[in-house]
Amino acid sequence: MTPMIKITDLSKSFTLHNQGSAVIPVMAGADLTVAAGECVGLTGQSGAGKSTLMRMVYGNYLTAGGSLIVGDLDVARALPREIIALRRHTLGYVSQFLRVVPRVPTLDVVADPLLSLGTPIAEARDRAAGLLKRLNIPERLWPLSPTTFSGGEQQRVNIARGFAHAYPVLLLDEPTASLDAVNREVVLGLIEEAKGRGAAILGIFHDEAARAQVCDRLVDVTGFTPPNPKTGVAA
Amino acid sequence: MTVMERVVATDQPLLKVEGLTKRYGARIGCADVSFDLFPGEVLGIVGESGSGKSTLLSCLAGQQRPDLGRVAYEGRDVLAMGETERRRLSRTDWAYVHQNPRDGLRMGVSAGGNVGERLMAVGARHYGQIRGKAADWLGRVEIAVDRIDDRPSAFSGGMQQRLQIARNLVTQPRLVFMDEPTGGLDVSVQARLLDLLRGLVRDLGLSVIIVTHDLAVVRLLAHRLMVMKSGYVVEQGLTDQVLDDPQHAYTQLLVSSVLQV
Repeated sequence: MTPMIKITDLSKSFTLHNQGSAVIPVMAGADLTVAAGECVGLTGQSGAGKSTLMRMVYGNYLTAGGSLIVGDLDVARALPREIIALRRHTLGYVSQFLRVVPRVPTLDVVADPLLSLGTPIAEARDRAAGLLKRLNIPERLWPLSPTTFSGGEQQRVNIARGFAHAYPVLLLDEPTASLDAVNREVVLGLIEEAKGRGAAILGIFHDEAARAQVCDRLVDVTGFTPPNPKTGVAA
Repeated sequence: MTVMERVVATDQPLLKVEGLTKRYGARIGCADVSFDLFPGEVLGIVGESGSGKSTLLSCLAGQQRPDLGRVAYEGRDVLAMGETERRRLSRTDWAYVHQNPRDGLRMGVSAGGNVGERLMAVGARHYGQIRGKAADWLGRVEIAVDRIDDRPSAFSGGMQQRLQIARNLVTQPRLVFMDEPTGGLDVSVQARLLDLLRGLVRDLGLSVIIVTHDLAVVRLLAHRLMVMKSGYVVEQGLTDQVLDDPQHAYTQLLVSSVLQV
């Protein structure tokens, strides 16, 4: 199987210049591979570095060492414009928070990733409408900005946006967290379909049943935590 | 060749800046600034007042002459150009959106005239076509066409700013300089302007250099970010990476000083 994400000996630390230049190592020796059509779930306690690893894969956090290949690009060494192109075509990310230009209608928020790929507007809106309908966002809300929606509605808009384009690689951060049973099933269905078309998925799922249903493997990020410099024991 | 290699290999930077330095006597305006800007890219420049971001912008746009450095537009040395050639470039390929629309508009001329004037400056002569195109652009920036004969002084601040953008973009420039384009506007008007700018960048493939002190604006608009302090670029990178994982002490301070909403 083709690896779509290949992480080798990845490390990360934060330097807090305004707090006595404290250096906080948060990751060392991370190794992980996700193949096309496979869904890998990250596990580990809160603060163990699941979200940090996802953000590094997305190019949102810099890496200190190691390599991080997504598709055919080493994100750890890529130029900003290479990462922008990667995000546009290859790498999708459903975060827990919806960040959009205020006052833009929900339909266009969801269609946006397709528009930036050059998809004609009617086709992009059709695809967006299909996803919003499937995720049970009432049609009367589509012309409104999602900034005023409830948490669960915003999350579904975010998921619709993340699935609008058929990204070969998808990062999912708690995609079912604040959803009711019906919408949770819809999202799990979208994930299964994405796997079926060959997408490589890396996700964080606190919902154990969801995790069991869609994940082919689990990786505990506790193993990537650097030893505590004071005690020599994994923190 | 992979998609990524094509992206990197085929297009050349639209603007290439190397070692740009401007001093005011002993004081540094901006120092040793270098970057490439590619077609379709939006570059944000942030920093507090006096950090040199506006000096840099005016040097790039040819309004001030830098003391040192090189600016190449499509491979042509901008600083070595004659005045006529540079003026022609700033009328055809470039546009400059001022923070205060009064600096970029002619307040005594109608809205339609403000847009049409730019067309005439690049050789348009047919009155009907000029007026038609002006009306089309007023529509694009969401100004009702029945206001075409009104003067900008009768417009609100947000409308004036949208008119300034129409006046600048009607000649289809490829590179737009923006100095705090959303500064001084109500938050709701800002949002509409941001949406408009994002759409124009995407649909027209514009390259934009936008100077602002508003980190929320660059997060939504800029692909890449440059942070300036005391005339120097202290950090640059992908916008969300610089904002979420800032490396330089000053950027960390800047990001942590923003009030959360």
